[in-house]
Amino acid sequence: MADNLIIAGKSYSSRLLVGTGKYKDFTETRAALDASGAEIVTVAIRRTNLGQNANEPNLLDAVPMSKFTYLPNTAGCYTADDAVRTLRLARELLDGHSLVKLEVLGDPQSLYPNVIETISAAKTLVAEGFQVMVYTSDDPIVAKQLEDIGCVAIMPLASLIGSGMGILNPWNLQLVMERVKVPVIVDAGVGTASDAAIAMELGCHGVLMNTAIAGAKDPVLMASAMKKGVEAGREAFLAGRMPKKLYSASPSSPTAGIISSTRS
Amino acid sequence: MISIIINGETRQLSGTLTVAALIDEMGLTGKRVALERNGEIVPRSTFPNQQLADGDKLEIVVAVGGG
Repeated sequence: MADNLIIAGKSYSSRLLVGTGKYKDFTETRAALDASGAEIVTVAIRRTNLGQNANEPNLLDAVPMSKFTYLPNTAGCYTADDAVRTLRLARELLDGHSLVKLEVLGDPQSLYPNVIETISAAKTLVAEGFQVMVYTSDDPIVAKQLEDIGCVAIMPLASLIGSGMGILNPWNLQLVMERVKVPVIVDAGVGTASDAAIAMELGCHGVLMNTAIAGAKDPVLMASAMKKGVEAGREAFLAGRMPKKLYSASPSSPTAGIISSTRS
Repeated sequence: MISIIINGETRQLSGTLTVAALIDEMGLTGKRVALERNGEIVPRSTFPNQQLADGDKLEIVVAVGGG
C-alpha cells in the first residue's frame, strides 16, 4: 500500500517539501528539486523589477507548475494584513491556486513566528477559501487552535529558519502531533539528512526545508541525501523502533556454541 | 498628467491609461503577474477595463524563488 502524504485531500508520494530560494541559478534550483524528489515547492511573491529585462530567466520556466505543486509563501510578512494581501496576489498570480504557506514573522533577527498575527491571518484566509499550511512555533496549544480554524497542515519550526540547528525540542513536536489530526510538517531548522530522519522518526508527516539544501556545498547531492533521510526516517517510524534499554544487554549472536577458552 | 505609485515608485503618466495599457508599456504583457490596486486584487481578465486614476497605488508581483 502506498504510504502517501495527504494534504487537503490531495495525495503526494514525497514527504519532502522544498523551497526554491538561495540557489546559484535556476538550473541548480531545478537540479536540486529533481534530486529531492519533492512535489510541493515553496515560492515567494515579490514586486516585479520595474527595470526588468523581459527575457530574464524566470522561475516558472525552470520550475513549471505542470510538474510541481506551488506553495506560495508569505515570507517577509510581519502583519496578518500583509500576509493576507500577499496570498490574495498569489492566488490571482497562480490562476486560483489555493494551497498556500502562511508565515507571519515576529522579528527579522530570529524570524520567529508571530502567532497572534498568524492566527488572525489564518482565520481570514480560511474564510476566503484558502487551503492554509501554517508555519508556527512548536506550541501545541497554538497548533490546535490553528487546526480548529481550519488549517490543512501545521508546520512547527524545529529550530530557527535558516539556522540548520536541527530538532531542538522533539518533546514539543510530539505534543503537537498528539493534539492535531492534520499533517504535522517540520518547517525550518533542519540542517542535514539526519535531522530530517529524526523528524520523520518522531512521526512527523513531512519536512519542509530550503537552506539545508541550497546552503550545502553541493546542493544537488544534499537534496538527494535529504530525500533518503526523509524516506529512511519514515520507514523507521512505520517499522517501530526497538525500545531503548539501559543496562539490559542482549547479544545479537547466539550465546550457545561458542568455542571453549584455551585459558585455564 | 496623472501620478501613480507602482511598487513604491512614483510614476507620471501622460494621460489616463487602462491597466492593460500600463502592463504593455512596462513590457509585461504575456508575463505571469498579479496586480493589486489600492489594496484590492485586480483580476487579469479585467485589465483592459480598469482605468487608472491619479493617486492610484499599484503593486505588481511575480513568483520568485523562496523558502
